[in-house]
Amino acid sequence: MKRDGTFYINPYLGGIMLGLVLFATYYITGRGLGASGAVKSTVVTTVHAVAPEHAHQSGYYSQFLSDTTSPMNNWLVFEILGVLAGAFFSGALWGRLKIKNEHSPKISGKTRLISALIGGALFGFGSQLARGCTSGAALSGMAVLSSSGIITMMAIFGSAYLFSWIFKRLWI
Amino acid sequence: MTAPLFPLEQIPEAWNNVIAVLLGMGFGFTLESSGFSSSRKIMGTFFGYDFVVLRVFFTAAITAMVGIIYFDYMGWMDASLLYINPYYVYSAILGGLIMGFGFSLGGFCPGTSFCGVAIGKLDALVFSIGLFLGIFLFSEVYSLFEGIYNGHFMGASKIYDLIGMKESVFAALLIFAAIGMFFGAKWVESKVQKVNY
Repeated sequence: MKRDGTFYINPYLGGIMLGLVLFATYYITGRGLGASGAVKSTVVTTVHAVAPEHAHQSGYYSQFLSDTTSPMNNWLVFEILGVLAGAFFSGALWGRLKIKNEHSPKISGKTRLISALIGGALFGFGSQLARGCTSGAALSGMAVLSSSGIITMMAIFGSAYLFSWIFKRLWI
Repeated sequence: MTAPLFPLEQIPEAWNNVIAVLLGMGFGFTLESSGFSSSRKIMGTFFGYDFVVLRVFFTAAITAMVGIIYFDYMGWMDASLLYINPYYVYSAILGGLIMGFGFSLGGFCPGTSFCGVAIGKLDALVFSIGLFLGIFLFSEVYSLFEGIYNGHFMGASKIYDLIGMKESVFAALLIFAAIGMFFGAKWVESKVQKVNY
């Protein structure tokens, strides 16, 4: 096994491992995995700290505020701390820890960062509308065969496929 | 019946966050080891030069699905207690389309961008900042989208009920479809010009 950053585990093995983690999550907690929810908690906490009045009056933030606990005291926030640690450990194990802005040779580093910012903003916006992202809606939803998860999964991959070809230059 | 463990109070609530960190570590380790910390590897699925996302995603979903159906059948876990995302038709579709648009520009989804951040990818870090801004923007303009957000509610709907099929039949068809896609992916990869990343 090479440890120069080029080694990846077999994708089917990776899939089975990820499936077992997801299954364990359902077995233990009764819910699936997630990712965008942790960012939402961060946004709600930030807005509540800066403008508490505004947060309580907003139709959206107010759904996630409680008088007793902070929105940061949330299962997904702890799960994402684990994700960062687990990914860091994997990167260290396979020799991939390196500060890098990865982009196609056809575009500049700056173009890559601008498109990443816009892409992230759109993804964040969409994840709130659909009540979950690729993890919480699509992957976890598919494991329990939920209509919402499977429809959202098809919408994400279908739209990503179409737009990828429109923005082909960014990638290949 | 003893599972799911937390909803049936088989484990003290105090363990909740510890378990969240441990499961998250498994999630992050698997994603990174599979190559999901690289945007150009992820995007390979859409151009046909690397189908790692398709393989990992569908293998994982099917593994978890089979585990849940089997444990429920054996009486080891009550699957009716598992959380099912409520199905709001308009927002599920429109939200997905917007996410796909963001995916094609950003090259990550939220979970994979955190893996990228963890190993030092600057593009992943900027994507994560974008996520924060996008969620903030949604929250601020929520009242404009409230109609779509809550439109056409169908409850905690299951896909096999929606199309009028038995759960076991649908699950079996899904497994065959995935295996078919895995063979298709291998064939496409052999035809498409390699991309170095």
